[in-house]
Amino acid sequence: MERCEAFIIGGSAGSLEVLLKVLPVIDAAIKFPIVIVIHRKHGTDSLLPDLLSGRTGLQVKETDEKEELKAGFIYIAPSDYHLLIERDHTFSLDYSEKINYSRPSIDVTFQTAAEVYKDKLACLLLSGSNSDGVKGLKNVKEWGGMAVIQDPRTAQVAYMPAQAQLNVQIDRVLKPEDMGEFINLLSNRKPQNE
Amino acid sequence: MLLETFLISDEQVEVLLSDLLEQYGYDFTGYSRASLKRRITRLYTMDKAVSFGEFRYKVNNDNAYFKRFVEQITVNVTEMFRDPAFFKRLREEVLPMLGTYPFIRIWLAGCSTGEEAYSISIILKELNLLHKSLIYATDLNPAVLERAAQSMFGLSNMKQYSENYILSGGTNDFSSYYSANYSLAKFNEELKSKIIFSAHNLVSDHSFNEFQLILCRNVLIYFDRDLQHKVLTLFDDSLEELGYLALGTKETINFSQVAKKYKRLDAEKIWRKMG
Repeated sequence: MERCEAFIIGGSAGSLEVLLKVLPVIDAAIKFPIVIVIHRKHGTDSLLPDLLSGRTGLQVKETDEKEELKAGFIYIAPSDYHLLIERDHTFSLDYSEKINYSRPSIDVTFQTAAEVYKDKLACLLLSGSNSDGVKGLKNVKEWGGMAVIQDPRTAQVAYMPAQAQLNVQIDRVLKPEDMGEFINLLSNRKPQNE
Repeated sequence: MLLETFLISDEQVEVLLSDLLEQYGYDFTGYSRASLKRRITRLYTMDKAVSFGEFRYKVNNDNAYFKRFVEQITVNVTEMFRDPAFFKRLREEVLPMLGTYPFIRIWLAGCSTGEEAYSISIILKELNLLHKSLIYATDLNPAVLERAAQSMFGLSNMKQYSENYILSGGTNDFSSYYSANYSLAKFNEELKSKIIFSAHNLVSDHSFNEFQLILCRNVLIYFDRDLQHKVLTLFDDSLEELGYLALGTKETINFSQVAKKYKRLDAEKIWRKMG
């Protein structure tokens, strides 16, 4: 990957612990936005951004509609809306049918981001008990982006990353302790390193 | 459903949007594209279209298919008493305040299949205000309005709706508001007696009355900023002094010039017009 312009993390059951481990490692001068889409119960809205912002020097916020994606921010998908990314690098929200029993659906964010950022997108799929995110990861690959998963052996619930491994050509399989450093490397990478 | 992201291109989306405008006068050009494109691609896949040309031809020449197209590319997902805390605020603060007026006119814009209209009707009835209220429930989509007017919803949803109702401060037996009929719950006629369902397109139609409460929840999220601004101006023109404007959980008026006339009620997306 020549240059990463957006990094999106999707996860479900068992992914919060991973995030809590990864976020403290991420460099405060990171050169791209990080977007987090994890399944959670409707109504527990404000807790997640608070919880995560305690673990990083980066600004963590729940995404507003029409908000522009900016480097150095960690955006959390609001509960009970799908989170989409527009051509002009803004977010939009959508209250359409659940997908894979989920709203937000990881597939939706991965798919819309894939078309916008193409080969400048990296997506990471974490622990989880359904297959949301797998098709999205496939789309990311189709548009030239990078597909990364949590090593299913390290996942509290292996199903989601394992399904991705079965169905998608995965670029990297990472343990939680290596993810933060991997993200930092994507930010610092020079084109000639490729 | 697997969305093949290559099926429909951005250019093809624009072609369809200008067809809709020229052929039918439906203007979707102010809609956010990512959602619209997803829904068009979804329909294309669902209906097993053979080619874009065939798909486009059907939209342009088959009136029944055009209706289906509009219904499917707009989002019509809704529920009764969605966001119970919001409805609690309506019940405890907004509607009692409006109850001091001799007559209450409410506009529910983008009412879809009507779940929110019946929710408001239930609260008005419990507050003993229904007899002097009128709810104008509008949507651009005639097909969903027809369904709304039937006052029937899936029986399987009632457990969730009943929970929402209780969380929103309702104390009656929720099941007393409907009768079960096979897989459907048919809501009491009385609840519908003060609702007028009619077609209104926020993009192209004008103000048609003055209201004390306008609700438009989870509609603006599908619009771009320009269209949002235009619609907020329409609402402002249609709202009496000291009237209330209610939007969805993730929507705001803050970016718009009308904002300075309004004061927000803490914690909820409800604004009061202060003049």
